[in-house]
Amino acid sequence: MLNRYPLWKYLLVLIVAALGVIYSAPNLYAPDPAVQISGNSGATVIDERTLAMATKALDDAGIQYFGEESNGKSALLRLKDTEQQLAAKEAIQRSLGYNYVVALNLAPTTPEWLRSFGAEPMKLGLDLAGGVHFLLEVDTKSAVAKRLESSVDEMKSKLRTAKIRYQSVTLSDDNVVTAAFKTAELRDNADAELRSEFPTLLRESKDEPGRFLISLTMSEQAINEIEDYAVSQNLTTLRNRVNELGVSEPIVQRQGSNRVVVELPGVQDTAEAKRIIGKTANLEFRLEAKPSELVTRKEAFPFRSEMDQRRWGDAFLEKKLIISGDHVANAQSSFDSQTSQPQVNITLDSSGGTKMHRATRSNVGRRMGVLFIEYKTQMDYKLNEAGEQVAVPTQIIEKKIISLATIQSALGVQFRITGLDNTAEASELALLLRAGALAAPMYFVEERTIGPSLGAENIAVGVKSVQIGLGLVLIFMLVYYRVFGLAANIALALNLFLLVACMSLLGATLTLPGIAGIVLTVGMAVDANVLIFSRIREELANGMPPQSAINAGYDRAFTTILDANLTTLIVAVILYAIGSGPVQGFAVTLSIGILTSMFTAIVGTRALINLIYGGRKNLEKLWI
Amino acid sequence: MAKEKKVINFMGRRKLAAAFSVILLIASVASLAINGLQFGLDFTGGTQIEVGYKQPANLNEVREQLSAAGFEGATVVFFGAETDVLIRLQRGFEPGLGDEILTALNRGAESDIELRRVEFVGPQVGEELRDEGGLGMLFALAVVMLYVAMRFQFKFSIGAVGALIHDVIIVLGFFSLLHIDFDLTVLAAVLAVIGYSLNDTIVVFDRIRENFRKLRGVTSLEVVNTSLSQTLDRTLITSGTTMLVLLALFYYGGEMIHGFATALLVGIVVGTYSSIYVASNILLSMDISKEDLMPPVKEGEEFEDVP
Repeated sequence: MLNRYPLWKYLLVLIVAALGVIYSAPNLYAPDPAVQISGNSGATVIDERTLAMATKALDDAGIQYFGEESNGKSALLRLKDTEQQLAAKEAIQRSLGYNYVVALNLAPTTPEWLRSFGAEPMKLGLDLAGGVHFLLEVDTKSAVAKRLESSVDEMKSKLRTAKIRYQSVTLSDDNVVTAAFKTAELRDNADAELRSEFPTLLRESKDEPGRFLISLTMSEQAINEIEDYAVSQNLTTLRNRVNELGVSEPIVQRQGSNRVVVELPGVQDTAEAKRIIGKTANLEFRLEAKPSELVTRKEAFPFRSEMDQRRWGDAFLEKKLIISGDHVANAQSSFDSQTSQPQVNITLDSSGGTKMHRATRSNVGRRMGVLFIEYKTQMDYKLNEAGEQVAVPTQIIEKKIISLATIQSALGVQFRITGLDNTAEASELALLLRAGALAAPMYFVEERTIGPSLGAENIAVGVKSVQIGLGLVLIFMLVYYRVFGLAANIALALNLFLLVACMSLLGATLTLPGIAGIVLTVGMAVDANVLIFSRIREELANGMPPQSAINAGYDRAFTTILDANLTTLIVAVILYAIGSGPVQGFAVTLSIGILTSMFTAIVGTRALINLIYGGRKNLEKLWI
Repeated sequence: MAKEKKVINFMGRRKLAAAFSVILLIASVASLAINGLQFGLDFTGGTQIEVGYKQPANLNEVREQLSAAGFEGATVVFFGAETDVLIRLQRGFEPGLGDEILTALNRGAESDIELRRVEFVGPQVGEELRDEGGLGMLFALAVVMLYVAMRFQFKFSIGAVGALIHDVIIVLGFFSLLHIDFDLTVLAAVLAVIGYSLNDTIVVFDRIRENFRKLRGVTSLEVVNTSLSQTLDRTLITSGTTMLVLLALFYYGGEMIHGFATALLVGIVVGTYSSIYVASNILLSMDISKEDLMPPVKEGEEFEDVP
């Protein structure tokens, strides 16, 4: 018998090999260190003039650059080495001023012809590129509690308007609203009223001696919706903030039900990044309490600015809030066109505007306060039962007034706060208003900063271990299996290309564990070939003629390879599902490696062996 | 090359092997019970900072500098090289912490110190990861058991999962005994060991299944011995090539994946041993026989090419 592949199979292997080489090639070109210039707001135009100013600043500072380009939205200047990056950034920032964001960047050097295929290099993970990783947790519970608190206020006013007398409406810590009534009749009327006004709440009537109760709880679905809204709203806010930083290729992603991952590759100034991202604040707009207001309906708050606090002392605000910070779409400081006094223009979203209008139209002349709420995490260390020190995070909530101004007319979607002392105060207030646009508080649960030199070192050791590992395996296979070993080695190299190509195409991020995965794949990818070759040897030993032995070897080993690889794939998929960041990188590499190695080890080597031995009719001996 | 491969009587020493495994398992479990696992930052939560010195650092000096600056109870160790120092703090995280430490260390030191990395993990995250890691491992074992039961037979899946549990416990025991940090990458390595050891076991099982159907008039013990001998070549070579790359990773991969490489190296040795002596041993002790594999689903095809 002869071992021949139809022409299309040879072509398939050839095409796959070519694609593998093309799409893995961009990774061979080291990126240039660069500085990227973008505008502080979307309206800023980055043109030749901006570029000229930047290049002049670099010339003056004696920093060499090349390949400068601008596209109207941003500009890029490439530098000779990474050490000058920071100096270049500072020089340009000083010359352009703070209307521009200057960020460090790595510019890919993929040649034009490769880019025309859509080939891009792999993204490097933080452990390789250096940078900051934050994990923030959204306090969804407080979002739910806040919603229920405002429901309680609404219920009271609804019952009052419907002239249904209630004894009390209270919210318990486990998020149950209980309304108490004197008679069953009142209770039943209230029940009907609440049913139409709060259709999403689950109602349950209970009779107690002397009082008749309705307990209202939020359905699981409603809670999920609120939590989901809170997280996605915060995600949007975070994205905007990260864009303010001007980092190239940031990652802002939801992780699990209530966490957000922020990854900023290459950011050196971590304190700045954390300051901007970590503004885990919220806002509340409330009316100032009338002096005659009941003590239970008002609360005293200090001012945030020490000067105001000294001037006025604590101020009383109503407990009921008009809107919270998530309705603030934008806040900008500017000047009044007539009086040239500094002011802050606020834009609300439409539902926020409606609520604001309803609350202010009948209260013109009263004052409205803006509360700035900061959530801080403080770690206390305590001893647990085993006598070990454990960290217990405690959340501290600080609520301070940032503005208390008289309402001049009914407010809507857009309004402004005037009467500010100076521009600095105005821009500070605008910043705080923008920062507070969170639907629910967030706090940091994880942070990792990797220095750029450690990243470069990690790449170096990773590449070195791949080279050495690969070298050892290649030598071993060649010595042990000779011609067949050569075929396996070519397949192994091809597998490496395919693995890198697949990862580049999928936009996977390469991490240090990912490189470990590649190394492990190199070791294990030959397994399929070892299985096939030892089977061929076995069949030869059993006296089978060479051509049949080749055929039988590939045939019989196939089910084994399939079973063995499928089970490993299952484990890799589970690894991906339970792991986070670096572990997922490893799992992705391992899974892709299993799939590509099955192709190269079975189809790839078979094509080679068929080309070498397949056509010979009187084949006596195999070099195996 | 020999015409007929010699059959090695692996299972002749199965009682000895079983005793050896039991001793290893008891030692591992005992160490885990007494020492526990030395969980790394990923699982315990806390703050750790890596700094790089130009010259070899003096750890005592670093400790003194830190406690003088008010960082009490800091753990200070070398990380891979004498110029790299890892500092673990028993306190929460503040944004400027990395720089504070640097200033504290720079006092009195001539060489400028580089901040290589700062990591903070909230305690609740660590706890969740531990739970998820454990659950993930159990889930992986369950899925594997199901798959093997489907593709092979129930007794095989007990054998395979038994071998996997054996491997995982021994690798964990090794880490516990030598007090090596158990972090997220090590967890990944342990899961990879499950994958690898399973791969090995499946290859052996595949041959056992094939031989049960092919060989006539032989005992189960002989079938297992023949299968193990036939696959020995492959078992050793694949383990060998994998060990080669892992050694490269161990020696050249840097400190950050040292634990990972260690776990895999141990895992591969144990996994190779277990696919020969544990998985098959369990099969035999459950009286595996031809009948267990009899309902063949169009397996007649397999015999077609046999001359």
